[in-house]
Amino acid sequence: MKSAKFDYTRPHDVRAAIHALADALGEAKFLAGGQSLGPMLNLRLTRPKLLVDVSRIEALRSIDVVNGSIRIGAAVTHAEIEDAGASLARNAMLPAVAREIAYRTIRNRGTIGGSLAHADPAADWPLALAALDAVIIVNGPAGQRSIPSARFMLAAFTTQLADDEMIEAIIVPELSPSARWGTYKFCKRTGEFPDAAAMAVFDPARRIARVYVGALSGAPVPLDALARGIAQQGAVALTATAVDRAIAMAVPELDAVGRKMHAATTMRAVQQALAS
Amino acid sequence: MSELHGKPGQGIGARVPRKEDARHLHGRGNFVSDLIFPGQREVVFLRSPIAHGILRGITKPAGFESVVYARADIAGIRNIEAPSTLPTYKLSTQPPLAQGKVRFVGEPVAMVVAKTRAEAEDIAEQIQLDIEELPALVDAHRARLDTDVRVHNEWSDNLFLTLDFDNNFEAESKKATIVVTREINLARQAMVPMEGRAIVAHWDDRAGQLIVYTSTQAPHVIRVGLAQFLGIDEGMIRVISPDVGGGFGLKCVLWPEELCVAWLALTQKKPFRYIEDRREHLTAGANCRQHHYTVTAYADQRGRLLALDAQITIDGGAYSNWPFTIGLEPGQATGNLPGPYEFKGYRCKTYCVATNKPGFLPYRGVARTGVCFAMELIMDAIARAVDRDPYEVRYENLIPPQLMPYNNVSRKHYDSGDYPRALAMVREKLDYDGWLARKAQGEPDGRLIGIGFASYCEQSAHGTSVFASWGLPLIPGYDQATVRTTPDGGLEIRVGVHSHGQGMETTLAQVAHEVVGVPIERIRVVHGDTGITPFSTGTYASRSIVMAGGAVGRACQTLLPRYIHIGAHLLKCKPDDARFEKSEVVGPNGRVSLKEIATAWFLRPERLPVDVDRDGLEATVGYKPTVDTGAFTYASHGAVIAVDPEVGGIEILDYVIVEDCGTMVNPMVVEGQTLGGVAQGIGTAMFEESPYDANGQPLASTFMDYTMPGATEIPAIRIYHTESPSPYTLFGIKGMGEGGAIAPPAVIFNGVNDALKDLGVEVNETPLTPKKLLEAIERARQAHPQRKVA
Repeated sequence: MKSAKFDYTRPHDVRAAIHALADALGEAKFLAGGQSLGPMLNLRLTRPKLLVDVSRIEALRSIDVVNGSIRIGAAVTHAEIEDAGASLARNAMLPAVAREIAYRTIRNRGTIGGSLAHADPAADWPLALAALDAVIIVNGPAGQRSIPSARFMLAAFTTQLADDEMIEAIIVPELSPSARWGTYKFCKRTGEFPDAAAMAVFDPARRIARVYVGALSGAPVPLDALARGIAQQGAVALTATAVDRAIAMAVPELDAVGRKMHAATTMRAVQQALAS
Repeated sequence: MSELHGKPGQGIGARVPRKEDARHLHGRGNFVSDLIFPGQREVVFLRSPIAHGILRGITKPAGFESVVYARADIAGIRNIEAPSTLPTYKLSTQPPLAQGKVRFVGEPVAMVVAKTRAEAEDIAEQIQLDIEELPALVDAHRARLDTDVRVHNEWSDNLFLTLDFDNNFEAESKKATIVVTREINLARQAMVPMEGRAIVAHWDDRAGQLIVYTSTQAPHVIRVGLAQFLGIDEGMIRVISPDVGGGFGLKCVLWPEELCVAWLALTQKKPFRYIEDRREHLTAGANCRQHHYTVTAYADQRGRLLALDAQITIDGGAYSNWPFTIGLEPGQATGNLPGPYEFKGYRCKTYCVATNKPGFLPYRGVARTGVCFAMELIMDAIARAVDRDPYEVRYENLIPPQLMPYNNVSRKHYDSGDYPRALAMVREKLDYDGWLARKAQGEPDGRLIGIGFASYCEQSAHGTSVFASWGLPLIPGYDQATVRTTPDGGLEIRVGVHSHGQGMETTLAQVAHEVVGVPIERIRVVHGDTGITPFSTGTYASRSIVMAGGAVGRACQTLLPRYIHIGAHLLKCKPDDARFEKSEVVGPNGRVSLKEIATAWFLRPERLPVDVDRDGLEATVGYKPTVDTGAFTYASHGAVIAVDPEVGGIEILDYVIVEDCGTMVNPMVVEGQTLGGVAQGIGTAMFEESPYDANGQPLASTFMDYTMPGATEIPAIRIYHTESPSPYTLFGIKGMGEGGAIAPPAVIFNGVNDALKDLGVEVNETPLTPKKLLEAIERARQAHPQRKVA
């Protein structure tokens, strides 16, 4: 399959990109790494008249550390995050998550902003950034605004992003030296989207305890009570029954098999965090 | 990897690197898609979105009437029909573009021509189809019983054919004390070669020929088919199969798309091409593997198999392919189910059912992946029923070497081999006892260990009598090879088979080197072009190294006395006093090189003896084995599987193969073929599935949904060889192209079932996805609440 006809533009700054999209009156789409949009274009599942390629806008391409936070430009690729170990020393979870995304060839092109905007329920960034309490900076004709990542994704392939807005950057807090985290996902095959995924972050210095379950039918779901219990009582709160109950309550629509898979995944993510 | 390091030199048995690798590793191969002809037009097929319906009308978009073709516009093409002499066989009529009815989602309905593929797709999506939907036949069991809704209206039911086989079943089954029944299922799959189907055709005025470049395993057969269904002389067609990126059976049959593109070039005298895309591949063709078995084994108290009763249902899809016919699959299933085992009673009823899916095609291992899966699962089930080690039960049931050659219960003639020895070697190389000890201890990470075995034998290079018994309209006979000496003493070999990953540009040169001694660097193998190679039915059924290899060997042997005759003259001795030795003729007073002999024949004929053989230094010779019922390669596979019962994950911790393909021409090529096959077998076992919904819509249309194994899913496989030469073939060679793909599902499932035995879990349906595995564990937990289940 070949894509239907479209026009293409590659603006050099965020303002021009937003204008280009607005001028197309709803007939344009932003293109970043193209790892999801590309196949959808070729299958003719989407037919924009214009593609606005934001992948080379300099302001979206850098990772900066500012005031205890890490700012990642929306067009930074997974591979760049994977390779940015040194500048991400204060949040080693980011390169660890990036390293596990699909394959290197996909990571070379796919971007963190693209992944968040596409909002595949099984994608790694919506889950990781929710667990890390990141903030997503979006920009549009009405100006810039910030959205907590835990609230950014609304449902499968649905976010708070307005039609005329784009993601500009992701602000991720640095972790304290005593912070512990764990990630676990189960893929039926290397590089596939996972069948079940969970991530856990415990940062006592910042009074943060989060356990999130992902790869569900919609947005990642927090297991707050379980996370609090573990933060207060440690590993004794991490029993198979507690995890199973937490999953059953937070994600009641899961069938027995799905619950079991997610419970095991959650258990492993938290165990990894506690062992770190 | 191998315990045999290969023989020294470059002849039969030498582990020489493949001649064809350099161009592929440098990206310089020449595939159909690499060929560009001036003025070439792209062809796109509009495919049916409906599984079953009456095609009421096709409305071409205004302004594009002349570049859109429906069935009525290509009247010069005949419908594809593949007759068979099998008694119950019903003929299906497949129009190159749908006519009257559509019978599966993806069936070509219209053809569009444009400058680019994208433009052709733009036009295609504007074509309006008026299809009155009919109930879709999706489930083969239901379709078998349905006589109201029929895929082919002119039939009385939906049965392509039914095979009944009985050899002494009643008498033998009565002796049994143990009866074990299992239902076993294999999912429908696609073949997924790296290169899909691809055709470019143009008219050559100088030759007065239609030149068809197509990605095929069988260029001569495709020429026969094109001539037959285009209604023109074969002499008007030249089929060239350049580099081919994997065939696996998909490319040994004639496609409607081939006919349509060839027709365009023939009638418009311009170049046209069609390149299949992945979505078309996954949904519109290349369907395979979907078998259902109900198998009952009758055994004694020790698990010795006495009789086997089977009912096999094969979901044949909508159309029978030309030339192999849909009959090949049920024929092979019925005949090969008994496998490498010695027992005396066998009854089998096999239904091949028409459904609203793409037609079933012969995929690497044809039927044997299914029958091996069924037979090996039942073998382990027998072992469980008599509470014995599956290894022991399997070992005791294998045909012992002293019975070779052996006529088995399905009347196959097994030529040679020591089947139990291969299994025993797997046990040893796998360190079965070591793993049993570790299994007993339990894993610290909670995973469960299981060990699986499977044995099979693989009919290869079967010839005239076997294919005639399957009723095919086109039956292989003698394969021919031309061997030419070049004036500078090199060799050029021309064969009608095609090499597309089998390494025959190397191995056929090795065969010639074995006889003539010319370095393989100076032996060129030419294949894949009907214009310059002798006829062959092509590369399929693990036949080429036996058939073309035998023909090359015999052609080379034919040339030796001619070399000696000229050489002796040049050496001034009698031919009887001279001998041929490593590309030289050696006489009492010296030696003369093949180069000098060739120079004498081609360039300096005044030096030739007066009674020289006037046929010269070129020979075309035919070959088939002395007994044409096949040379049987065999193998046992063993694997250690770790099951993660919490998430349903499976890891293959070790995988050992002991295989025997008779005399190996090149052990490295044997291993490469085996490894590729095993990767496909792992795909069948764990990943690959083409599911359909109740309306016959394919649910896996991209690699997002159709899961292939990748490099990280293939374990480090250890291959060991033994060599039991076939008594019936030149050099004792046996074919082995398919075997790797046969055993993996059986081995992996037996390993998983061994791991989960204590939980009361038994799985028997491919692919074994994590979800299916967890569901089976969950079912067992509900059925046996007293057992300790993860």
